[in-house]
Parts: sequence; C-alpha cells; structure tokens
Amino acid sequence: MSMHKSSFLLIGLSLLVISQSLSAECDPPGNSPLLGKVAPEKLIEAWDLSIFPDGTGLPPGKGNVVEGEKIYNAQCAVCHGPKGIGGSAEELAGGEQGLTGEYPDKTIGTYWPYATTLFDFIRRGMPLSAPGSLTDDQVYAVTAYLLHVNKILPGDAELSKETLPEVEMPNRSGFVWIYPGLKK
Amino acid sequence: MKKKQEISSEPNNEIKPVAGGGLLDRRLFLKRGLTFITATTVTGASGKLLAEEPSSDVEAIQPRQPWMLKPGKPFSNYGQPSPHESDVIRWISANSMASGNGVSWSPLHQLEGMITPNGLHYERHHNGVPEIDPEKHKLLVHGMVEKALMFSINDLLRYPMESRICFIECGGNSNAGWNSRPVQSEVGYFHGLVSCSEWTGVPLSLILKEVCIDPKATWLIAEAADGIAMEISIPVEKAMDDALLALYQNGERLRPENGYPLRLLLPGWEGVTNVKWLRRLQVTDRPVMSRNETAKYTELLPSGKARQFTFVMDAKSLITSPSPGQEMHGPGFYQITGLAWSGRGKISKVEVSADGGKTWAEAELQEPVLSKCYTRFRIPWHWDGGLAILKSRAIDETGYVQPEREVLVNERGNHGYFHYNAIVSWEIAPEGYISHVYA
Ligand code: HEC
Repeated sequence: MSMHKSSFLLIGLSLLVISQSLSAECDPPGNSPLLGKVAPEKLIEAWDLSIFPDGTGLPPGKGNVVEGEKIYNAQCAVCHGPKGIGGSAEELAGGEQGLTGEYPDKTIGTYWPYATTLFDFIRRGMPLSAPGSLTDDQVYAVTAYLLHVNKILPGDAELSKETLPEVEMPNRSGFVWIYPGLKK
Repeated sequence: MKKKQEISSEPNNEIKPVAGGGLLDRRLFLKRGLTFITATTVTGASGKLLAEEPSSDVEAIQPRQPWMLKPGKPFSNYGQPSPHESDVIRWISANSMASGNGVSWSPLHQLEGMITPNGLHYERHHNGVPEIDPEKHKLLVHGMVEKALMFSINDLLRYPMESRICFIECGGNSNAGWNSRPVQSEVGYFHGLVSCSEWTGVPLSLILKEVCIDPKATWLIAEAADGIAMEISIPVEKAMDDALLALYQNGERLRPENGYPLRLLLPGWEGVTNVKWLRRLQVTDRPVMSRNETAKYTELLPSGKARQFTFVMDAKSLITSPSPGQEMHGPGFYQITGLAWSGRGKISKVEVSADGGKTWAEAELQEPVLSKCYTRFRIPWHWDGGLAILKSRAIDETGYVQPEREVLVNERGNHGYFHYNAIVSWEIAPEGYISHVYA
C-alpha cells in the first residue's frame, strides 16, 4: 500500500491536486493508474444516442406519417411485413387482443410505454441491414408512421423534438419495477 | 472383475435407497468403489454395458492400436477439440432475414463440470458480432460525473484486475417452459442460454471513482458497439458492487461473440445487462427506457401489468444426465448429475426426486460452491427399470426455493416469456426412453 502511495506522489503535482479536490467517495484507491483521458464535448455529443422519455437527447428535425410510409415500405417492410404485420421480424402493429386474455398482443400500440423509445431504437439500429443510415428527419417520419398504424397518431401527424415526447402511449403505466430499492 | 458383481439390477443389502424411486445416499460415491452407468448421448456406436459378457472386440486384443505405431501429430498454436467430438456444438436459431439476429444454445447435455468452454458459451446477438479493432475501440464514461473520461483497451489492461467465476443467463432462457405442452429436445437446446466462465477484468467501481460520479446519480446506461448500439439501464448500486469491465474469459481475451474487446459483467443479472462490446457508460438519475427494458425483457402478468427491471436471475437447476436425447443402458446404478445456479448468491442445497416429487434426497454439491456460479450436483441412483420421474430443486443461501412449474405459472401466467426458472421433470420410461414432462 505504502509503495503505491509514494509512487503516486512521485507522478507529479497536477495529479495530486486533482486527487485532493475529489470527495472521499470518489477518491480512487492508490493502486489505480488513473489513465482516463478527458473526453471532448464534441465527441460526447456525437456518441450519445440516448433518448429519454421526456425528450432529452432528441435531435432537431421533423417528419410526418406520409413520408414515413414511403420510408417504411422501401426499407422496413421486407422484414416487418406490410403495415408492420406478417414479416420475419417482430410485428410492429396489429395488436387487437390487448394485454389480458389467452393470446395477449405485445405490440407498440398495446405494450410500449413511451413513444421516445421508438425513435431511440430505430435511430440506433434500424434498418437492421443498414444501421445508422437514416437521417433524423427520416427517423421522425417512420416513427410517426408506426405510431399511426398503431392507431396512436392520425394520418396527418408530424413529429419533432417538441411533439414526440408529448405522445401518450396507452400502456404508459403498465409496468411494475421489481428490483428492490428503485425509485421512480 | 469386481465390476461384474457390482453392475447388477438389484441393489445389494448395504445400499438402501434414501428416497423413493431408488435414490441413494449422495455420499455413496465416496464410500465405495461402485461403478455407475452414465446415460449417454445417442451416437452411432452403442455404448451398452453388458457386464456379464466378455468383450468380443477383436481389435481390442491387438497389443497396439494403429496410433501407437507411429509418431503423433505435431504441436499446434491453438488447440481444437478432437474431431470425434464434432457433434458437441452450439445450436443456432437465427432470423431468416438477418443471420446475426437470434441465439445459439450451449449444449448443456454434452458438457461436464462447471466451466463452459469459450467456443460453446451461449450467444444472443441482436445484430451480429461486430469485428472490432481493439486499437480503435474506446470506452466513454460521461453524464453525471465530475469529468467525462475515455479509456482505451490498452489503458484498461493496466488497471488492477479481479476475477469473477460466474454464470451469465439470458432472461429468455428456458422460455419454452411457459408453453402449455412440454417441448421435446436435448436439455441444452431449450435451457442452454446460460453458461459459466471465469471472467477477469477491472472492477467498474474503480473507473466510476475516477470519473467521480455525482452522488445524486442512480442509473447507468450501458451501450454496445454493435450494429444495433444495444443499450440498457442499470442501477448504480450494482455497478459499484460487483460489476466488472471484463477483458478476459477463462484465461484468454474475450471471444468476439462474447464482447471482445470489452464486456460489462454483472454477476447474477440477466444476460442482456451484461453488455458486450461495451463502448459507452452514461451516468444518469433515471432509466432511459430503451426498447430492451420496455418492449422486451419485461414480463407480462395475467393482470395486464408487466414486471420491469427484474434483473436478478432466480435459482434454477436441471438434471443434465440422464436427460432427453440420451440413452439409458438398462437397470442398474446411475449417477444423476446436473447444474444449479442462483443470481442471489451461493447454492446451499440441491434436492433430487426420482418419484415425481413425492420424496426428495439431497444431492452432493461439487466443490467449489461459488456465489452466482454454476454448482455441479451429483447423486447416485439405482434404476429398477420401471417408470421414473426425475426432478431437481435448487435452494440458495437466501432460502429461495426453486418453484414447481404449477406454482410459477399460477403466479405469473403463461405470457411472461422471460425469467422461467421452474423445476424441470424428466420421465424415464420402462424401456429407457427419456422425455420432458410436466409433472
Ligand atoms: C433485415 C431485416 C430488418 C429490416 C430491414 C428492418 N428491421 Fe426492424 N427489426 C428486425 C429484427 C430482426 C428485429 C428484432 C431485433 C432484436 O432482436 O433485438 C427488429 C426490431 C425492430 C423494432 C422493435 C420491435 C419490438 O417489438 O421490439 C422496431 C420498432 C423496428 N425493428 C423498426 C424497423 C424500422 C422502422 C425499419 C426500417 C427503417 C426496420 N425495422 C427495418 C429486422 C429488420
């Protein structure tokens, strides 16, 4: 232990100053080599793909149901089927049964608690064959289209950074947090 | 020669069953030099053990087998399994339109011990295995921190490391158990989305102390560098507890399909939280509500509400031998063996029944018994050749008892899809055919 501490002191004044400014619970143990390099703000912005339910993280841009339908038919229907039904991948619409009963339908319209999740997921991973290829406007549009075929949005709806978080999903309060000690 | 007398269809007087159906004292293995038959995977060559008949194998009489008459093969840079074991494989089940979307199952029924070989560790990928250049891969830690930092793999390799020997189980493992009829397949091919390795790497708490997280932070969003940028929210509490930034698996650097060059390891927690190809950790005060913590990896209950953030994999056990697809070799002594594990801690006891759960006997737990790790159990059994129903039931150190299927289904319904951990039953028919039953 003492060996680590003394070599730590030798590293130099700058490190020493940083370590002293930290609160005790942040203080890494003396045997940590402290090799992290400061991440540039621009890089964080470029890498950060998280979209929260309140809209934090949503980029500027907009897209509507009509544009979304075109994108969907050209780039998504091959795996997800026309109008989100009957493809090789997950069904994206067509939930008729609700969540109780013998054959519940867990689809976007019946099960997903937040519309922001759709934007987040499509932007990070869809189309599965060419992830990252859609523009933000296209992601807004195809999100609007999927919410429309799920009977959440009317056919003339347009989505943006401001309006997407306002979309209320029917199953918004359908989840019970199980892990002990979590605060909503 | 001794062998001859011991493999008989009747247990001798000293060997009294300790539970119905012929289960014997678990300590019998230690006490006596008994020979046990192992139910074996059905292959071309019959492994029938007939103690009464002398061997008629003419080849065996040769003083030297052909491979003893010449030098063997030279050294190899990286060893491979024997070509005779080429049927010991992961079973792949992928999307027809997207070959990197799906799972591959670990062949539990063909493996022994408690460590899964690296090439047979189960896989669940959402968009294939990325081909990552470790020189270009970085871990970014940012959000509610005093200073956002980046770490290269070479940086992380210089930190103090620890090992955790633990299982990883997909939240969707065993989900065929929710079906109204018992699925018939080898045990690995419906329970094999679980594996166990020694993982070595840097405790995540070390890195979180270096970036200095805000005391108000409660969640961490972990994101992968794969073609779906898979992300999931994790309570900070777990991250500070026993989470590891894993760089090594069973002594060697991670395999690409297990997250090379960097994997988040959360011992005992469902597989999806053990993010492979880890690239970004965002410290926050709320979950992001990603698709994989809302639409998927949540469990719909009969009430219409769904369980969310379940995280911990509850205790589970299953008998890997004898098990469906294997062959019994006539009445006699067998070793029943299987695996038990719990995301809550150590396995404290495994009980086995040979009469469908009417009576139970305690199995021997093979050392070491580790927290959140596979525990191999074994118990001797004398099969009288009649109908038998084998079950195993795990109890962990918190007192949690693996539930009967009926209990689990009554509580959760049939549409939860994830976190199925009920007791598994194998029926041994009088002619030796082994099938999966609900009993
Ligand atoms: C190559 C086939 C393919 C294409 C093309 C494709 N997807 Fe997908 N999609 C999938 C697969 C497979 C999954 C399941 C992913 C997983 O297992 O994580 C999926 C999942 C999804 C989901 C989540 C469904 C759920 O219930 O969780 C959404 C939403 C989605 N895709 C939207 C789209 C959109 C929008 C497009 C077009 C821009 C698209 N997909 C194009 C294959 C595809």
